[in-house]
Amino acid sequence: MRLLVQSEAFDIGAETTAFAAGAVGAGAVVTFTGIVRDTDAALQAMEVEHYPGMTERAIAGMMDQASMRWALTDVLVIHRHGRLAVGEAIMMVATASAHRASAFAAAEFLMDYLKSRAPFWKKEIGLDGTSWVAAKDEDEAALGRW
Amino acid sequence: MIDVLYFAWVRERIGVPRERLDTQAATVAGLVAELRAREERYDLAFSDLSSLRVAVDQELTTFDAPLAGAREVAFFPPMTGG
Repeated sequence: MRLLVQSEAFDIGAETTAFAAGAVGAGAVVTFTGIVRDTDAALQAMEVEHYPGMTERAIAGMMDQASMRWALTDVLVIHRHGRLAVGEAIMMVATASAHRASAFAAAEFLMDYLKSRAPFWKKEIGLDGTSWVAAKDEDEAALGRW
Repeated sequence: MIDVLYFAWVRERIGVPRERLDTQAATVAGLVAELRAREERYDLAFSDLSSLRVAVDQELTTFDAPLAGAREVAFFPPMTGG
């Protein structure tokens, strides 16, 4: 299990390769990468604030839960904070399991929980000012399926 | 003494990221009431509790949670990670 909360960029390819190489006994590795989306032409960057200490604690709890529920052989979460340009990778999740169904499900579970239960807050930096990204009702509702 | 932390727009509205307070409040709601009585910027930040979340000692909880023994309380809007 590996958790990185950092401001630095990460190498998706290198992380995926290392994760797959270390996933002994797994028949399936699923990865998800979140990118800062160009919502409109005026968006210049995203500022990600977090709660040091609680962030690590909350995500580690989610990873423990996912590992137990889907018998994962390994799990990786990287989440960045600070200022990110449009197109940059903001986070990634990787899960390894014997079979693909559990690896996919665990990755989705982690994504749903990271969205609404990990203490991060996104602020859009645009040409015409800044605004905090509002939480979506459907993100909260997505937790109901688990 | 208790450390009170603010994040995102709550931090911006109150104007500080954290402060150390002497409080007699028994619950989070009691602490909120004390803060709202202090100054208008607090009153404004806490005017709609449905738009706020709270963590006590880094665990998400509710506004009726007790503060006995707590070291750290954090107020913030709903999280937008991922």
